[in-house]
Parts: sequence; structure tokens; C-alpha cells
Amino acid sequence: MIEITLNNKNISVDVEPDMPLLYVLRDELKLKGTKFGCGVGQCGACTVHLNGQAIRSCITPISAVNKQKITTIEGLSTDGDHKVQKAWREHKVPQCGYCQSGQMMSAASLLANNASPSDEEVVEHMQGNICRCGTYKRIKKAIHAAADMES
Amino acid sequence: MKIIENVSRRNFIKLAGITAGSFALGVHLPLTKAQANTLAEHQINFFISFNDLGDVSIICHRSEMGQGIRTSIPQIIADELGADWNKVSVVQAKADAKYGPQGTAGSASIRSHFTTIRQVGAAAREMLEQAAANIWQVNKSAVSAKKHFVYHNKTGEKITFGELAKHAAKLTAPDVNTITLKSQHNFSLIGKNVKQVDLDNIVTGQAEYAQDIELPDMLIAVIQRPKVVGAVVKSFDASEAKKVKGVVDVIQLKPRKLPAGVYPLSGVAVLATNTWAATEGKKKLSIEWDTSNVAAASKHDSKQFTKQLKAQVNTKGAIVRRKGDVYRHNYDEANTVEATYSIPYLHHAPMETPAATAIVTSEKCTIWAGTQNPQWAQGMVAQELGIPREEIDKIELNVTLMGGAFGRKSKGDFIIEAVELAQKTNKPVKVVWTREDDVQHGFYHSSSANYFKAQVNGQGQVDNLIARTAYPPIAWLWDEQAKHPSDSQLSLGFADMPFELNSLSLEKHDVDSYVRPGWLRSVACINNGFALGSFVDELAVKANKSPRAMWLSLIGSDREDNPSSDSFKYSNYDLDYKDHPVDTKRMKSLINLISDKANIEEELPSNQGWGISFLRSFGSYVAAATKVQVVNNKIEVLEMHTAVDCGIVVTPDRVEAQMEGAMIFGLSIALMGEISVSNGAVEQNNFYDYPVTRINQAPKMFVHLVNSKKPPGGIGEPGVPPVVPSITNAIYHASKIRIRDLPINKVMEV
Repeated sequence: MIEITLNNKNISVDVEPDMPLLYVLRDELKLKGTKFGCGVGQCGACTVHLNGQAIRSCITPISAVNKQKITTIEGLSTDGDHKVQKAWREHKVPQCGYCQSGQMMSAASLLANNASPSDEEVVEHMQGNICRCGTYKRIKKAIHAAADMES
Repeated sequence: MKIIENVSRRNFIKLAGITAGSFALGVHLPLTKAQANTLAEHQINFFISFNDLGDVSIICHRSEMGQGIRTSIPQIIADELGADWNKVSVVQAKADAKYGPQGTAGSASIRSHFTTIRQVGAAAREMLEQAAANIWQVNKSAVSAKKHFVYHNKTGEKITFGELAKHAAKLTAPDVNTITLKSQHNFSLIGKNVKQVDLDNIVTGQAEYAQDIELPDMLIAVIQRPKVVGAVVKSFDASEAKKVKGVVDVIQLKPRKLPAGVYPLSGVAVLATNTWAATEGKKKLSIEWDTSNVAAASKHDSKQFTKQLKAQVNTKGAIVRRKGDVYRHNYDEANTVEATYSIPYLHHAPMETPAATAIVTSEKCTIWAGTQNPQWAQGMVAQELGIPREEIDKIELNVTLMGGAFGRKSKGDFIIEAVELAQKTNKPVKVVWTREDDVQHGFYHSSSANYFKAQVNGQGQVDNLIARTAYPPIAWLWDEQAKHPSDSQLSLGFADMPFELNSLSLEKHDVDSYVRPGWLRSVACINNGFALGSFVDELAVKANKSPRAMWLSLIGSDREDNPSSDSFKYSNYDLDYKDHPVDTKRMKSLINLISDKANIEEELPSNQGWGISFLRSFGSYVAAATKVQVVNNKIEVLEMHTAVDCGIVVTPDRVEAQMEGAMIFGLSIALMGEISVSNGAVEQNNFYDYPVTRINQAPKMFVHLVNSKKPPGGIGEPGVPPVVPSITNAIYHASKIRIRDLPINKVMEV
């Protein structure tokens, strides 16, 4: 039995210890906001927060996060009003939207660590997240816009 | 193309049910949960229904893959209807011929159906107006609809759409020929950036894609497919796979023969209670494949194939279109440019890999899938299950959002896999593709070669142009004897070359096919646009002219340049030529616009350069400009612009988004795009060896949208073709390195 604090709730799951967190979230806990994109930590679609830091849930065995704090897109804010989400709306970032949970989770962790990142820092932090629709220009803009918002 | 287009092009309005006696108040459209519990529903036609509060549900009958169609179609209907956008909710249509064609491909949703979509809204508006006129006992011309009310023109009295809907639903629909559409200057929503329909759900992680479907007792299937197209399972050992905790069953799929069509590839499926177990179980399968029927394909080597295509196009081919006689011209070598271009196989790699869920009972088959072509898939399922055409309603196909598609999800193969496994297990089955499955078992943009030759005379004028193309045609999917592209395929940026020349010869070659070819965003415009755009730049260099001047001189006078001839039937993207002529004036203004906006003639350091290109495709005119810097053989893309004239714009922000996306998509193709094949098997696996553009490679980007009242052109695809050569041309002007064989990373660091 593995215990985690998921989106501020304490839960326990009975799964194989090597099952990646992504599948625990999606298949066992039915939280579908976190997406599968590559399965090998290459695309960032599965990004969630482990104790506030962005990680790739597709390559993180559930046993590695035992007794720790996980946040998914569903728990990023209570009303979809995290400043990253607001900025994503304002700049109409998404096209197909599939990668955007991961993009926003990466962006949120960037801003949590660096309230006012430079262009270079945004690019450096976000290059693990692929968007095949090509929304990068707006992702950059939205991150800067979120940085400028009052928390 | 017949196979895809078997939905007849009957009058859309008739299909939409706006004819006398066709109101079916008993046939309720899906409602939001809150509405369904409490409110009556008044359906005006198959696309439009109201509840008693006056909220309107509008059907989007075409599929969303990121282009914004779930906003734009309802936006068009709501505008003609006179609806308040804040009272509109959008309902996704299931597969159903009553909506007319649903195949979401060819950037066609708006450009091919703009008028009929408007008529759907306008017909409903006229019925609401008639209902109000009846209440006030005046002529319909004495009333008018605006923002969810119908007004009495004289008294200013008004009645809400909600009140009128129940009366309107009982009225006879107007004849399509009598419907009056708004004049453009009265558009209230078309041309405006209305709120994007799925935006809130996406930013909160609530948007539902095909991968997200969850049903009670559902099994998840991951399939091992043959490396070589057409190979079948000889034998397999599932014992290790079955030891994986969570694996429930291992099932061999039906063997499939060539022609491949868009059917599954056969293989062995591992079914489990969760995705991880199914994925791990698949890795533990041991399968022996029989490739005896596909001996040639199992020796296919893409590098050799590209060499062969390049050699072929250096020989005379079959004439597609000609003028004068280039073969009687004595080319002056010093003033002749001769070049061969090639592009490897390319893959879609949408962020969401293919997925479909099915339940099959003796009565019914229910499917959830992210598909670009719901009715085509529905027809395939009917054939698969032996359900006759007249009982097609037994197949309920629910269309989910797609996490990208780019042409991949127009094919029904993954849907058939889910149906086959659901039937065999008597359980709900969700088939999911791993990224490796997606990369290795796709429908690839064909590897291609293009050849160009032309002479520049003393005044810098070009003539005696030869262009040849060779690539495996998509028609091979259905006909193994298909060896060259059809006229319709050759209409994609090859035989529609709009240059004003005295003498030209456009030719094609026969080639064999070994992997499944498929439509990839922009299709043959990718290779044809790359070759054409590169060659114009090479001509400019030879003539010592600016690229702008060379484009303008080749295009020549203002005219409509219909490339159709006795030997070549120009398909014009299935658009009516009268409404969508090949307009050289629009081309030249785009070339001037991009050159000016991007300031391509600015003074630059010697290691920087601008490149431009242009292509009219899918009814739209797009020019691109790219600035690069080359240092120590490493390129950095500094700035990209596209200018687009797509006629009337419905949702400007989504047009800009598509153009931004096209620049990134074009960068992927130009910089890194390559699927290679060895012994019939795709060599790439995942994003680490099939890289796509990342944010650190994304330059500053600008979109210049032309204000136009012309009929709308497409927008999903036309952005890509000019982007690719604009990059390689820029590299030439920054470094004198001419890239004729993509991708660029074969010879330069990107």
C-alpha cells in the first residue's frame, strides 16, 4: 500500500510498486488531466508536481513518491484561477490542448521558484515540454504575463 | 479519392433537415446535464435547438484537432441565426450522414462549406422571425432578429428566441433558395475573436480526449504490430506476457492482406486492467512474423529509395502539363539552374497517440474515438461487423477531442482494432497506441524527389522550365498498381505552378510503394512547395536578382492562371474555380507584403540571411520569410513571418494560431524531420530519435493577416509549405550552403 498526498488529500493506493505515477493517476484514480505523450520522459505531457517541483510522472514509479505530496492539473487551483491558468486563457494558448496540462504544470513550478524569469530562463525550463501544435510563442507570453500578475 | 468521398454531395440543407415536414421534435439532441434534467427542448433543425431559457445548442459536425473548428462553425451558425454568443453551447455531432460530410481534412471545413453552414443558421433565424411575425400578425419583413431577440421593426417590441423557439419548431422550414444570408458588413460574430469553446476545460484539465475514455469493466489493449506492412503473425508465445500482473488476455488480431487500405495491420493484442500492464505485457510477447507475401517490402531501404527517386527525376518522365517544347531548347549551361530536391518520409506524431474505445453487443456497437472522419470510420465498422448500410444507426460513433491529428486520425485503423477486440472479448475495450507504435506504424508522408531546370536569359528573365516529381502515391493504399500521383495530387503545388513562361514541361514518374503513405498536414504541397520555393531562390541567385524580384517576375502579369489543360485536370482543392481562381495579383501582393513586413532587404551581417517563399494552397495564399544566423555550421533561426490572404476570416485569433503552428510544424520538417526505413522497418522510436521543434528552437514569430472579402480559403494546412523553403533559402543567404535534401540536420547543427 502506497500513501500519497494528492491535491491536498491523503490517499492510499494498492498497485505494483513499479507502476509509473502517470498510470496510477489516470487508470487507478481516474484523474485524466495528466496526459500520456511518450512514456519515456521526453515530451512533458505527463508533468505533475512532486513537493512543488515539476516531474515527469510517466517515468516516476509510484513507490518513489510514497508519503510525498503530488499535485496534478486538477489540484493546481480550486477554481481554475491559478495565475498560469488565467494567463493561458488570456493569451488563448491552447490549440488541441493535449499537452497544455503538462505545460502549465511546468510553468507553475518555474514561477514558484523564480517569480520573474527571463526569456532564457523560460526557454531553459520549458524545453522538456513538447507542443506539436506549436503554441510556444504564446506559452512564452503567457508565462511572462503570469509572472506580472498579483498572486 | 472515391473511397473517401463516398458520402454523396447532396444538398447539405436537405441533409440538415431544413425541408418541409422534417422537424423531429421527438429527436432530441444531446443536452448539457443541467438542461437535460429540467428543460424542454425545441429543435429548429438538426444543428440548432433551444431550451426554455432561450439557450441555444449548436451542433459542431466536424472534428476538433486544435484548429478551433468547435468555435468557428458554431460562430458562423450563431451569426446567421442572430444568436447571443454567451447563450450558445456547442454539442459535438456523432457520426451521422444527416449532417452532410464530416470528414475533417484538406482544410475544408469552412472553405468548402461556408455558404451551407451559414444557410443552416439563416434558415433557423427566418423561422424565428416568422414565428414572431405570426404572433404580431405582420409580414415577416416587418420583423428582424438581433442578439437573441426578434424585434418588431415599427414598434420596437421584442420577443426572446427562447419564447419563439417552440413556435418556430412547428413551422415549415424555408426553401434553401429563398434564404437570405447576411451581407458581410452585417456580420456580428464572423471576423470576431469570440470566446474559444474548449478553453476553460483545457486549462483546468477537464477536456476529454480519446485516451481519457473510461467505462466500467473496460480492458485496455496495447498491440504489437508487424514491422513490415503486410506481414502476418506466424506464431506467438504469450506465456511471459500473461505473467504480468493486470494482464487479462492475449489475443491475435485478424490477419490483414494488401492492399492495406486504412485497416489495421494485424498483430497480437495484450489486454489488461490498466495501461501499464498492457504496455509491459506487450514487451514480453514473442512473435514470429511471416513476411513471405511482402518480400520486396521487407527489403525496403529508404536511403536507397531516395537515391532511386532522385535518379528517376533526372530522366524525362510522363508529361503532366506542357507549353512550347523545352526539349528543342539548347540550354546555355552557364545560365541554367538544374537542381534535384528530396524529402524523406515524415510522420504526424500528434501529442495524443491514436486511441479508440468500443463496446460491441448483438444489438449495437458504441465507439468513442478521436477521428477526423467519423462517417468513414462508421462505414468501415459496419463492413467489419457485417451490418448493412440501412442499419448504420446500430453503430454509434462518438467523436472526442483529438490531441492533435495532422491527417493521422483520418484513418480508421485504430477504431477497427478496438471494435475487433471488443467483439472478441465481449467487454468494453480501449485500444491505446504507445509512442513507439505511433512512430513505427503510421501512414507516412511519402519520401519524394523533385527536379527543376530552367534558363535565365541576359535580362534575368526565366524560361524553358522543366519540373519533375516522383513519390509513392496515397492511392497505393487501395490499389497496389497505383504508381504515380493522380491529377488531384499533382494539383498540390506541382502542376499549378503559376509562372508566366513561354516554354515549360511538367512531368511525373512511376514508383513502387513499400510503406503506407498518408495525408500529412499540407500533403504533397510540402515537397512540391519546398522544391518550387528553393528553385525560385536559386534562379534569383543565378540572375543576380532579389528573391522578391524573381518571384514577381516569374508570376508575371495580373491574371487568372487556370492550369487545367487537355492533359491535366486541375482539382483546385475541390473548390469552384469561379469563386476561387488562381489569382496572380493576390500572389504578388503577398510577396510584396512579406518582403516589406519582414524587411527582408535590410542590411545584415554576412552570417545572417533572409529567405522567403510562397505557395497558394487549399484556396489560400501564404508567403513566409525566415531570418537565420549560421555560426560554425550551426544554424539559429532568429525570426519568422507569415503573411496570409485566406479571404473572409471567421476567427482571426485561430487563423493566427494556425499560422504560428505552421511555422513550428515547418521548422520540424525542415530542421529534423526524417523517418528512415531499413529492411522494411521504421528505424525511429520516440521523440528522442524523431525529434520535433521544441521551445528553444522557436524564433520570434509574426503573422500578417490580409483583410479580404473574398470567399474563405483553408487555414489548417496552407501555412506549412512556404515555411520550409524559407528556412533553407535563409540558410543559403547566410552561409552559401544550399540545402536540397531535407532535413537540414543531416549536414548542419540545428
